[in-house]
Amino acid sequence: MANISRESTAGRVSAAATSSFSEHLAQSRPDLLPYGMGPTARALPEGNLPAVPHATTIVALSFAGGVVMAGDRRATMGSMIASRHIEKVFPADQYSVLGIAGTAGIAIDITRLFQVELEHYEKIEGTLLSLEGKANRLGAMIRANLPMAMQGLAVIPLFAGFDAGRSVGRLFSYDVTGGRYEELEHHSVGSGSVFARGALKKLWRPNMTEDEAVRIAVESLYDASDDDSATGGPDMVRRLWPIVYTVTRTGSSKVSERELASVVETVVAARALLAREA
Amino acid sequence: MTQQFYVSPEQMMKDRADFARKGIARGRSVVVISCAEGIALVAENPSPSLHKIGEIYDKIAFAAVGKYNEFESLRQAGVRYADVRGYSYDREDVTARGLASVYAQSLGAVFTAEQKPFEVELAVAEVGRNQGEDHLYRLTFDGSIADAYGFVVMGGQAETVAEAVGGSWDASAGFAGTIRRAVAALGLGTPAAAGEQVGAPTKSPAGSLEVAVLDRDSETNRGVKRAFRRLSERDILGLLAEEAAG
Repeated sequence: MANISRESTAGRVSAAATSSFSEHLAQSRPDLLPYGMGPTARALPEGNLPAVPHATTIVALSFAGGVVMAGDRRATMGSMIASRHIEKVFPADQYSVLGIAGTAGIAIDITRLFQVELEHYEKIEGTLLSLEGKANRLGAMIRANLPMAMQGLAVIPLFAGFDAGRSVGRLFSYDVTGGRYEELEHHSVGSGSVFARGALKKLWRPNMTEDEAVRIAVESLYDASDDDSATGGPDMVRRLWPIVYTVTRTGSSKVSERELASVVETVVAARALLAREA
Repeated sequence: MTQQFYVSPEQMMKDRADFARKGIARGRSVVVISCAEGIALVAENPSPSLHKIGEIYDKIAFAAVGKYNEFESLRQAGVRYADVRGYSYDREDVTARGLASVYAQSLGAVFTAEQKPFEVELAVAEVGRNQGEDHLYRLTFDGSIADAYGFVVMGGQAETVAEAVGGSWDASAGFAGTIRRAVAALGLGTPAAAGEQVGAPTKSPAGSLEVAVLDRDSETNRGVKRAFRRLSERDILGLLAEEAAG
């Protein structure tokens, strides 16, 4: 008898000891989860959802010593431009970044949850989660969002980071069911991804430098914006450039506006020089 | 038939307090000290992985003495509290004052309601933009909370160490000088650690020290919001070597 009660006490303590922030929220504050795990949030009624902002194209590619991820600045709501300034690429932690496509509101909340998830684990455990571990946690969050995705509120992330164990940059893509797929060389998600992918296929080469990779990321987004109305091209009037992050052994860093301005100018000048119609 | 002995509430509280004090007095000391560059947290700790000092949030750190399992559960609860609060409101809305008052409530509840009080003493530190905005709170086993100015010393030889720290404290010093003074003060607190920690390599001072800092200017210096930085053994040795050289 005493044995049983001791076991259950130990069991309770170990069951409550989670290093995962999202598990902790699911246990204690389910209403705070972006994909709504609360008793009321689960059953969204039938009906037509009014138009909500959608985030569009993200590209990511590897280079010698790391990865680059870039996203355009447009969010659309049906045929209207909802935002010209939206940021869709975020640092997840010191050594990884994620970009989001799909329903912007939920995607931004999932990003915030994922950032806290990684930081929480680091603080509780005193060590960083492995890159695979991070990719799996993100997959679990996307799977938890599946009921919302079936209502039309899908979120598709692209995840990239530096794997300290293997000393390489790695890319992971996801589907709405949370399926996680490692991508080689380069990948893109979102409405303009087909066109960006085509550009990346022709432009990507093995063992590029970081600067070349940034230029190619910007150029592939330029191609996507050329053919996809939901992807925003570089805005020369407002001086708005894509958001670009690089991740290397030393960590993730945002490419500065000044650097991007010169990259964009080079790309646009090269295209103008070609004077091609299509 | 057994009869329960009557114990007066005063006696019960006194017994519990004595019990907790005894437990804490066995522990080694921790110094939390504010300086020009931020807040330094220095602990005597022979273990490189069982920490007494931890990060709670962007600007907030935690230090403890006493029983490891008890303060570790409080540290984790603090991280959960801070992360939930920062996630549901905003990162700016997580403050040391809020955290310290939650700690005070849980320590107080355990002290009065549970079989045995927590044998721990905690410090919660928040680094501000300037020294006037730094916050240091000291929490004891019964849930008492004190707002400290400048520095907090906890643990076995707290009084001796506090005297030494108070005598040498210089608000305008940088991390290097402040940490060196804290280490010297901790050395005074344990004149002869004989008998304790049999076989521990006490010869190298860096090996038995745990040091972390809250950078006041982490955004400008390191480009990160998280001010907490744990110093490696090499960093600590470097700091102590500077002392020997200068």
